[in-house]
Amino acid sequence: MEEIRDAFGGAFLLLIQRDTALLEIVFLSLRVSLTALFFASLIGLPLGSFLGSGRFPGRNILVVLLNSMLGLPPVVVGLTVYLVLSRSGPLGGLDWLFTSHAMIIAQFILVTPFVASITRQTVEDLMEEYEEQLTSLGVGKIGCLFTLLHEGRYRLLTALLAGFGRAISEVGAVMIVGGNIAHLTRVMTTAIAMETSKGDLTMALSLGIILIFLALSLNVAAQLLAKVGRA
Amino acid sequence: MPKLDRTQKILPLSIREVSIEFLGRCFLRTNTLEIKGGEPTFLLGPNGSGKTLFLKACHGLIEPTQGTISWLGYNAGDAYRYQSMVLQRPVLLRRSTRANIDYALRASGLSKEQRKDRIQKVLKATGLEKIAEKAARNLSGGEQQRLAIARAWATEPEVLFLDEPTASLDPGTSSWVERTLSAIVTNKHKIVMSTHDLGLVKRLGGEVIFLHRGRILERTLSKTFFECPTTPEGRAFIANELSW
Repeated sequence: MEEIRDAFGGAFLLLIQRDTALLEIVFLSLRVSLTALFFASLIGLPLGSFLGSGRFPGRNILVVLLNSMLGLPPVVVGLTVYLVLSRSGPLGGLDWLFTSHAMIIAQFILVTPFVASITRQTVEDLMEEYEEQLTSLGVGKIGCLFTLLHEGRYRLLTALLAGFGRAISEVGAVMIVGGNIAHLTRVMTTAIAMETSKGDLTMALSLGIILIFLALSLNVAAQLLAKVGRA
Repeated sequence: MPKLDRTQKILPLSIREVSIEFLGRCFLRTNTLEIKGGEPTFLLGPNGSGKTLFLKACHGLIEPTQGTISWLGYNAGDAYRYQSMVLQRPVLLRRSTRANIDYALRASGLSKEQRKDRIQKVLKATGLEKIAEKAARNLSGGEQQRLAIARAWATEPEVLFLDEPTASLDPGTSSWVERTLSAIVTNKHKIVMSTHDLGLVKRLGGEVIFLHRGRILERTLSKTFFECPTTPEGRAFIANELSW
């Protein structure tokens, strides 16, 4: 019990003192996850909008595939990215393995289905509610889609927040493709795993507190946005 | 096909042998009829008689399975800029009252300056000035219905379709709707409206199209319909004894 109390005390001290090693890990985590989320949004938002608003043969199969990808095991994604980026792999020439680029790719693969799937559901629900009214007002298909995206902007932000939550809390895939190299690919989750195994609970807890704080902040932001969006 | 312009009239509306079917079941079948400008046309009939389908087909929201619906030779899709519809459950956008009207005007192709003037005019005419900046989704049911009518009317359509606009409204709002409809008729806009409010039909006059089980059973002046309906179903409807 005393050990845990000391660990908490030390963790708060590290946070207050703005420990350089700690901040480096936090900023790298944010950079990797936000970049992965940015690229996931570039693909996921249009893909989800297309699937949510379009009616074409094979759409249902695509939706099932997309939903299935929500359950992608991170370690399998990590292993696949590892194989693709390893020297003997098809993209080995890029020399990205054990760099933040590889971690971004892995997180991108994990986050894109989240963003696309939530966007699809949002657009589909909005279509059901708005389509007839917008058609009645003489709005074309493209105009209708842009209006729906505007109307559902808070729900879509929730999708992005969920994607960010998935990215920042991921450990398996980034550990495999990043290698948890100090000052290069060490992020919060991999550092927590390593410090715990080393027995340095103070550092592990500091990172854990920041991670929880980020998760809580995101949830509060999502709730507030959802509340605003309902108005 | 010649291009429509704003001065061109789209009435009369011609409905030729239209039928609307879903999954092999026929929900509406009409003979050939023509709806002309002037006095309002009311669609009467019990629930499920096909009134909403009739309105939506005329407005262009539903494609007939058979037959044609045309406006002075144009199909419904080409004539949508000249006609508006207030749906039974109108959907308001998540923005202010003013912005909802602005959206409809922008969709109908008006410039920013034209929209600004028109919005002020409509807000004033419909008494919505006080709630112009309020979020539309936060308005009461009656205010939302008033906004839906104002939004449809703002585009100055030649024909305005209304699907049970007084359903679930309190007497005050119903009275407002009636006054607004009277003003619309006075301004030479054609109204085609489904309703269960027989008192309103009697007061506004015009003609009645009586539907039952997807068929038009009577079409006559509203006064004539209420005084001497020609079908047993019409008599039962007026006596409030007709169910679906």
